[in-house]
Amino acid sequence: MSFLREISPLVKNTFLSERDVLSICAAQIAAEIQQDERKNYNEVLDLSSGDLHRGGIKSITFVRQVLAACFYPALLEDDSLPLDVKQRADGLLRQCDGGSVGSYTDSCGIVKIKQCVSKFITRRDGGVPSSPDNIFITSGSQMLMLKLLVQSGGSCRTGVLIPVPTYATFTQALEDQGAAIIPYHLCEEQGWTLQVEELRRALHAGRRTCNPVALYICNPGNPTGIIQSRKSIEEVIRFAAEERLFLLADEVYQSCVYGEDTEFESYKKVLSEMGSTIASTVELASFNSASKGFMGECGLRGGYVELVNLDPAVKEYTRTLFSTRSSPPVGGQIALDLMTDPPKPGDPSFLTFSEVEVFGEIPGISCQPLKAGFFVFPCLHLPLRAIKWAKKKQMEPDMLYCLHLLEETGLHVRPGCEFGQRKDSYHFRFDTMEDALQRLKTFHKQFMKEFS
Amino acid sequence: MGGAGVLYSQLLYQWEEVHSLCMEVLNWSGQSLELLQTLHTGLSLQSVVSATQEASLSTLLVRNTVWRRDISASPAAQSEHLQQKMSENGALPHRGRVLTVDTMNPNVKKVDYAVRGPIVQRALQIEKELKEGVKKPFEEVIKANIGDAHAMGQRPITFFRQVMALCSYPQLLDDNKFPEDAKNRARRILQSCGGNSIGAYTTSQGIDCVRHDVAKYIQRRDGGIPSDPDNIYLTTGASDGIVTILKLLTTGEGRTRTGVMISIPQYPLYSASIAELGAVQVNYYLNEEKCWSLDISELQRSLQAAREHCNPRVLCIINPGNPTGQVQSRQCIEDVIRFAAKENLFLMADEVYQDNVYAEGCEFHSFKKVLFEMGPEYSRKIELVSFHSTSKCYMGECGFRGGYMEVINMDQEVKAQLSKLVSVRLCPPVPGQALMDLVVNCPQPGEPSYQTFMKERTAVLSALAEKAKLTEEILNTVPGISCNPVQGAMYSFPRITLPQRAINEAKAKGQAPDMFYCMKLLEDTGICLVPGSGFGQRDGTYHFRCVCLSSRVWNFLLTVCTVNR
Repeated sequence: MSFLREISPLVKNTFLSERDVLSICAAQIAAEIQQDERKNYNEVLDLSSGDLHRGGIKSITFVRQVLAACFYPALLEDDSLPLDVKQRADGLLRQCDGGSVGSYTDSCGIVKIKQCVSKFITRRDGGVPSSPDNIFITSGSQMLMLKLLVQSGGSCRTGVLIPVPTYATFTQALEDQGAAIIPYHLCEEQGWTLQVEELRRALHAGRRTCNPVALYICNPGNPTGIIQSRKSIEEVIRFAAEERLFLLADEVYQSCVYGEDTEFESYKKVLSEMGSTIASTVELASFNSASKGFMGECGLRGGYVELVNLDPAVKEYTRTLFSTRSSPPVGGQIALDLMTDPPKPGDPSFLTFSEVEVFGEIPGISCQPLKAGFFVFPCLHLPLRAIKWAKKKQMEPDMLYCLHLLEETGLHVRPGCEFGQRKDSYHFRFDTMEDALQRLKTFHKQFMKEFS
Repeated sequence: MGGAGVLYSQLLYQWEEVHSLCMEVLNWSGQSLELLQTLHTGLSLQSVVSATQEASLSTLLVRNTVWRRDISASPAAQSEHLQQKMSENGALPHRGRVLTVDTMNPNVKKVDYAVRGPIVQRALQIEKELKEGVKKPFEEVIKANIGDAHAMGQRPITFFRQVMALCSYPQLLDDNKFPEDAKNRARRILQSCGGNSIGAYTTSQGIDCVRHDVAKYIQRRDGGIPSDPDNIYLTTGASDGIVTILKLLTTGEGRTRTGVMISIPQYPLYSASIAELGAVQVNYYLNEEKCWSLDISELQRSLQAAREHCNPRVLCIINPGNPTGQVQSRQCIEDVIRFAAKENLFLMADEVYQDNVYAEGCEFHSFKKVLFEMGPEYSRKIELVSFHSTSKCYMGECGFRGGYMEVINMDQEVKAQLSKLVSVRLCPPVPGQALMDLVVNCPQPGEPSYQTFMKERTAVLSALAEKAKLTEEILNTVPGISCNPVQGAMYSFPRITLPQRAINEAKAKGQAPDMFYCMKLLEDTGICLVPGSGFGQRDGTYHFRCVCLSSRVWNFLLTVCTVNR
């Protein structure tokens, strides 16, 4: 028995993800499959996280060849590797102290890679300048920015506005830091759009109980898969300017955009085109990562944040904070280099999908059209019996649905209750793979029949 | 002004300062005193505003004094700042930034990390100047400030890098230039990764088979004492684990706030993390006269003193030590364990240098091993976390950010909370996890890579031992510098005697005397060291930390430079 029951209250308040229940189940089923105990399907399809590789997508050869050559430079003498791989690896190794990826790097990231990132941003934004000085390479999360913004002590907590639905890890990170969460609801009926009146309502409600300081947006959205229109981005920026909020723009899915009429515009770009007062005052942190996009290298842990209009004195403190983490993982840095400066003509850099009506014909599921990202967030119209049954089992109805889905089809997806949703509405987050879709359709019909 | 209302509670901490500030700057009437007294009783903005006609001044107070919980500036400086704000923007700086030094998390301001601090910034600047052709008394900057073996020319272990390449680009598994044992390790690692790829997230505690291998390694190392993979957490370097545990343990307010005992001198990650988390740093001094040994009486003194103002719950030990290099004797470790048991302290054992032991008669004893050999009275009770990493020892793979921690006797509920905490950052970098696996599962006798591996490992460790001895010897030949034997790790931490004039000049500049010394050294010779003030030291003593250098570097330094006093 430990006296150590008394641990940091910040940690205690972080909620335990229900994902664990599903994950444990999934692992159990996978084990049973190994022992030939399963009939309907022969593998669990893990669609529970935005992890392409886990879901079966192959990594990009060029990326892995460069990585291998950087790890083991003897390969630079090898005939089997193409010239551009060797040149790229050689160039990267020259940026490392002692010519080894085992050395520490600059705590904010290798200078040459930050230059690559800022050039990428400038290209992406049609020429809007970006300075490597404002780029900070991270190991993929937004933790360090939150550390700067959030004051946990005292009787006045920092509040952060976050969309509902939103992915659970970010909520946990906020709670972890001791921030107060101020939810604003996206409008499902209108394609999961962000309404400024709703932002305003949330902000005013938040001001009664905490000190709202930041507004978090995820564009393209997770789990919703929508892209914000330019008009909507402008509205948000204006709102942030009026109400003096720090903008946290999570843009990690920016390179997964589908459909001919949809286009991703970065917050920075739109900001730069809104007149000099707003453009030079609204503070913005924009996040991107090598985990999503066409590379999907989640395990390498590479990401960056671009800080716009940050107070120079705060920037200095940011640097010091980063220095205590030594340096970002070198594998992740290499991934970022390749992501922001991919090989030129001839290489497939982007997935191309046309806009998909994913759930057109399944009664009991309605879904906003897929525009971007990896996921859709379909709405379940569950029969009353199913809802009652779930409540009897002391479970969220969409969790019950997901557990049944897993059991019957081997599909591991995440229930809407984990992301937040309007009361009495049920969703699940789903990847759009062909095979998975088939299994889902069959299962759904059966489930609705069983509980009607 | 709606949002400003709740900010008043912030002022409660500083109402004394606010009071004197107001009196000084604004020459207030009795009405202000009333205002401040009302603030002090914690009423909301609305009631305060209605209690006074000076609404604009209220908001001014909010703008300029809020969040100043750690006012270190003098009242005069504060009032100057206040006046400046007023004249810049009128009474209310309407378009000021949201995130300023005043509004950001105040704990961040207290964070210092000397290893990459101002002296390193200057060193980088000088490097840039040299590249641009600026003439200096030296041709290159020697960065002896950071424990980065590869940067100083150490070669990576071939076997490790081969497996890493195979894991990254599995096509190479068909390449017969790679030995079979490397391929087997790679296959095993890949099989435990989602989609057989190191690009997939892993579970937040770390890849299963790696944790199993780590447990086996620990068991072998500790003479058979069992290790449970469930108690192993893979981390992003040891630093990640250390910060996570400190976070878990930091709680309480004021007198009940968690106190963390740490050796002085210490590796500044500890002081930085303690500052960042708002815990209380509790210093215990190592004994320089006795080769930086640890005295229990000093632990006792420090603990007693700390209990007056906080709740000391954690005792951190770095063994082998950084920056001091001392290797604790078995007796000492037993004494520390007994002390922790008696005083109910949570032990954090930073053992990242466990293979770096050079001095005759010194041996690494893991805290866990000693604990369990002391019998169930201790081994069932003491809560211990020990840390290891891929960055030091003979690997020197800092960039990969590989590490693990083993938690012993942690309460199950607390462990569940720990698991929750680590899940927030998703997972540690997979290359680092893979590398950690290789460290604990290295080539065995009979395997094709064994001979080369042992040759390389031995060469690296003996080179490090040689550098340690050489560095200690050379530094001891310099008058005014005296260096304790470097028993382990990879640094020397010599004491320097500074002439009074230098000390005076430093103080006039507002610099710590050893910082002044190191800065001058850098400008005149290109050697970048870290001043002892960055690690902590007894008052009135001055040191610097210098990475142990090779004979090649020493020869270069001795022929080219003269140490400037």
